[in-house]
Amino acid sequence: MSLLEVKNLTISFGGLRAVDDFQMEIKKGQLYGLIGPNGAGKTTVFNLLTGVYKPDEGIVKLEGRDITGLKTIDINKAGIARTFQNIRLFKELTVLDNVKVGLHNHYHYSTVEGILRLPKYHKVEREMDERALELLKVFELDGEADYLASNLPYGKQRKLEIARALATEPKLLLLDEPAAGMNPNETGELMDTIRFVRDKFDMTILLIEHDMKLVSGICEELTVLNFGRILTQGKTSTVLNDPQVITAYLGE
Amino acid sequence: MKKIKMTKTAKNNFITYLIVLVVYIAVQILLATGNISSLMKGLLVPLCIYVMLAVSLNLTVGILGELSLGHAGFMCVGAFASAFFSKCTDGAMPDGLRFFIALLIGAAVAGVFGILIGIPVLRLKGDYLAIVTLAFGEIIKNLVNVLYIGKDKNGFHFSMKDSISLHLGEEGQVIVNGAQGITGTPHDANFTIGIILIFISLIVILNLINSRDGRAIMSIRDNRIAAESIGINITKYKLMAFSISASIAGVAGVLYAHNLSTLTALPKNFGYNMSIMILVFVVLGGIGNIRGSIISAVILTLLPELLRGLSDYRMLIYAIVLIAMMLFNWSPKAIEWKERLREKYFSKHFSKKKEVK
Repeated sequence: MSLLEVKNLTISFGGLRAVDDFQMEIKKGQLYGLIGPNGAGKTTVFNLLTGVYKPDEGIVKLEGRDITGLKTIDINKAGIARTFQNIRLFKELTVLDNVKVGLHNHYHYSTVEGILRLPKYHKVEREMDERALELLKVFELDGEADYLASNLPYGKQRKLEIARALATEPKLLLLDEPAAGMNPNETGELMDTIRFVRDKFDMTILLIEHDMKLVSGICEELTVLNFGRILTQGKTSTVLNDPQVITAYLGE
Repeated sequence: MKKIKMTKTAKNNFITYLIVLVVYIAVQILLATGNISSLMKGLLVPLCIYVMLAVSLNLTVGILGELSLGHAGFMCVGAFASAFFSKCTDGAMPDGLRFFIALLIGAAVAGVFGILIGIPVLRLKGDYLAIVTLAFGEIIKNLVNVLYIGKDKNGFHFSMKDSISLHLGEEGQVIVNGAQGITGTPHDANFTIGIILIFISLIVILNLINSRDGRAIMSIRDNRIAAESIGINITKYKLMAFSISASIAGVAGVLYAHNLSTLTALPKNFGYNMSIMILVFVVLGGIGNIRGSIISAVILTLLPELLRGLSDYRMLIYAIVLIAMMLFNWSPKAIEWKERLREKYFSKHFSKKKEVK
């Protein structure tokens, strides 16, 4: 059974059909790419999947459960986590605390227990620290756990955003242009990280990307969007050699 | 690495508690040796009140990141609710117990008002909260000014016209007398109680900030969209921070009400001028910096009194100090300089700790 099933997804802003009749099926453990020229509607698809926008039509199913039109926090609880095209970290919090906010819904103690510093507070906080450091170690950020998130270099901020998303224990991870602004070295490193995340966390990943080296390097299947519509869909190698796709990207 | 961070915040909080304690002991010594003027003596409880107000507003402005201009309104609600209770039960129960219950009532009523105001308003973004809280403060103040409540054998009487229309029976007593407010509130507040309440407020706020809920609140401040995307309940945590902040302001109001024999709602004590002044404490002490709020509240309350000898130039110097504090806390150069200073004195300390680890 497919993990994510999207059917007939449509949204209009005024007269503009930003996403029109979008379909997609992602199997568990897949690395799936969503590509297309600027303004094709890729990020809008992400926003529809994560409940930032409510679709006009269509159905989104996660593991067979209908999650169409749920609120963002409920969609996160259902198992979809994302990163953002323009990095959105909690800048005034430390790197460790950024991940611990991600752990929020998986570790519990009451407000009173927190204020009175009862034993449960110490126990749960210790567990959270351990889990957060474990995640940071995966991204080689454990050395900077103490830094403010805004003081990290760009590449590490990207990684921290992924770590924070993973902390919510999602079933599906959405990455919005993870390689944006990275040099070829960093992109190479990022490809390894994404593959590693998929293998270690047994994660299913859907990513938006412009960097063709990254897309052809790690994505198993692709969907190409153009003007809000699906241009073509299928195995990466087939799609990238499709003359339609080349035209869409490079022009006639 | 983790250990250092834990001790760092703990140490910071400890210093804050220590400062309050040292000031308390110093004042007690001065009081015992008689080295304190009666003017200063009269300022001790107001100081505690302003510190609590500044610290609690910092929870809304600095930690939650929302601008509230109605903090005096919450203080007013707490003051009148508790003074009403104390006036009704004066003599009916031991003083200590009555004041304790009055504190709880002040906190609870102000907290409830915080939730009531917060539910509709915290859904809005940016300046709207400031506008509505400003209006709330003014409405509460004016409402209290036309409120008449009396008590006789038949129970409570309520009017919004004047005290005669309460139609009290014989031995009836007017408790809230419109613009004349509540007279004869028992004088329960003193400096020691003020300091204890400051400690309790600090413990609540500092421990909240460094807990799971505090992180959620700060994540909303730093990036609402990202916080939502990782499953943080925005409304819940905004309301939590806002109502806790309102409760502590309510407790400050209780202290205020029980420090004066007559409680009236004037523009001077519960008007927007007061709200703005509390905001000035917070901004100058550093938004989000709890210890800074305490220090600036104390300095800016004492300063006008200490400068009384300069008569005409008093407010001029006050204004200059405001500007100087703002520059010191917020100008990029000053921040840079402070960072350098910190590195110079603490870098050795840190590298040592790393080696130990």
